[in-house]
Amino acid sequence: MRASIFNWLKKEVFPSWQLYLFLIPATVYIIIFAYVPMAGVQIAFKNFNFNLGIWGSEWIGLDNFRRFFDSYQFTTLIWNTISLSVYSLLISFPLPILFALVLNSFTGQKFKKLVQSVSYMPHFISTVVIVGMLVQLFNPRTGAFGALYTFFSGELLADAFANPGAFQHLYVWSGIWQGIGWSSIIYIAALSSVDEHLHEAAQIDGASRLQRVRHIDFPSILPTATIMLILAVGNIMEVGFEKVFLMQNELNISKSEVISTYVYKVGLTIGSGDFSFATAIGLFNSLINFVLLIMVNYAAKKFSDTSLW
Amino acid sequence: MRLTRGEHLASRLNYLALGFIALLALLPFLHIVAQSFSSHQAITSGRVTLWPVDFSFEAYVKVLSEQAFVNAFKVSLLRTVIGTLLNVVITCMLAYPLSKAYIKGRSAIMFLIVFTMLFNGGMIPTFLVVKATGLLNSFWVYIIPGAVSAFNVIIMRNFFQGVPPELEESAKIDGSSNIGTLIRIVVPLSMPVIATITLFHAVGHWNAFFDTVLYVTDRNLFPLQVYLRELIMFNQSNISNNNGYAANIDSTLLALESLKAAALIASTVPILIVYPFLQKHFVKGIMLGSVKG
Repeated sequence: MRASIFNWLKKEVFPSWQLYLFLIPATVYIIIFAYVPMAGVQIAFKNFNFNLGIWGSEWIGLDNFRRFFDSYQFTTLIWNTISLSVYSLLISFPLPILFALVLNSFTGQKFKKLVQSVSYMPHFISTVVIVGMLVQLFNPRTGAFGALYTFFSGELLADAFANPGAFQHLYVWSGIWQGIGWSSIIYIAALSSVDEHLHEAAQIDGASRLQRVRHIDFPSILPTATIMLILAVGNIMEVGFEKVFLMQNELNISKSEVISTYVYKVGLTIGSGDFSFATAIGLFNSLINFVLLIMVNYAAKKFSDTSLW
Repeated sequence: MRLTRGEHLASRLNYLALGFIALLALLPFLHIVAQSFSSHQAITSGRVTLWPVDFSFEAYVKVLSEQAFVNAFKVSLLRTVIGTLLNVVITCMLAYPLSKAYIKGRSAIMFLIVFTMLFNGGMIPTFLVVKATGLLNSFWVYIIPGAVSAFNVIIMRNFFQGVPPELEESAKIDGSSNIGTLIRIVVPLSMPVIATITLFHAVGHWNAFFDTVLYVTDRNLFPLQVYLRELIMFNQSNISNNNGYAANIDSTLLALESLKAAALIASTVPILIVYPFLQKHFVKGIMLGSVKG
């Protein structure tokens, strides 16, 4: 037995020992920074105590979850999270497809490249800068939007960041500004693989441009779109945490407090530090996501041929 | 292709629509650039929209000479260079063996990697681990916890799988070691995907701010993004306004606007400089990596 293991090692592993060595650092890293935290999720069911540590703290079952469901913020948090991400999904899912279709039905190569390059660019700008630019643009007195508003209406623009009702619109539409070009890449690539002869044949048969988009271009990106939709729905509770966090202030908090910002507040801001409670809320969030992902994938499999697994 | 009259019209409309979208993408930049080059009075009186009024470099001079800005810039630069280097090296090291069918246990490791994309421990348990490793309030907290990105490992592995095995075999026959083959054959052939991943990681490092919020309280370790956040959202700045505009509180507050704009631009320019060089690679890199899934 021992000899055979030794032989196996000598024959299979030793010739490429360097490659096995390569695997070690990253694997150790993944275990420490991804799997140890997963084990740490157990504190959601415990009353975490620093002195006793993760493993030593006392089990309290589902108390943390019950406390969250009973808290007066529960409905607001869920509603804010879901409405923000559904709104965002409804806008940011179809628009890049539309953009790709328009761009594709376009013949001027140089201009097309230019538009594409310009539209990707905002993707690489940091969230801090994006929010900073929003603040500047919507400044009632000094911002371009504020100036335009005053020019047309003669009145001073109300401060958009102080208005809870404006929060979701600012969030979603600035997201479109930042992401539409980038999100369209994958569709543009799918469209570029469409056989040019199909278009020519359809044209000879008298199909109009719109008909060709509808019957040739659209079906060719449908599988990609399905996958993107599954992924988007599976992430629905995972709103852009950083951006919400940055856009949040005391005046718009009634609309801008979502589950992930609440987790941060409960868990890590000074004075609270309720680790178990925060972890429970975070876990609840991930679980909903996971269930949604499975459901959407199931539906996609049932109604079309495309699915993640 | 022959175009009908309706199609001519449609393509003109397309030009307009696309030009409009491109313009829309640029306008907010132009506004901020215009503000950064304008005088305080011009901004205060709301005369600056897309073109600088009373052109001056004053705001840039002030921002670039402020110690806190320079220090934050250094932290960001250091973090981007060291962090990206480690990211790319460790991603190559992990992805290369994973692309070889003869490596034992590779599917198990692959599963470990993919699973981290579906589920993670969440903010608090991760915080506890980082705390336990003693990285809190050190520069390395920016580098180490984010060293491996599952998504990029998968892209890279897919690309490596497409490198013709004959090339590697002939290198081996010529006496090249595994490391030699990786460095001399595989890496040069994979430049598009390496450029893509370099860009993603570098931008990620340059733009990151939340790990500072979570793990760092030492102000000397604050990167540019955190500096910007304090400047813009909390109006916190040590830049003095002693140019005669401090006569009343209102104008002092508003004088900040051009400083904010200058800081925004100064911190975004480094990305916009490297962007055109890497841009031609990344679309190709993404597609090559993802096609084979």
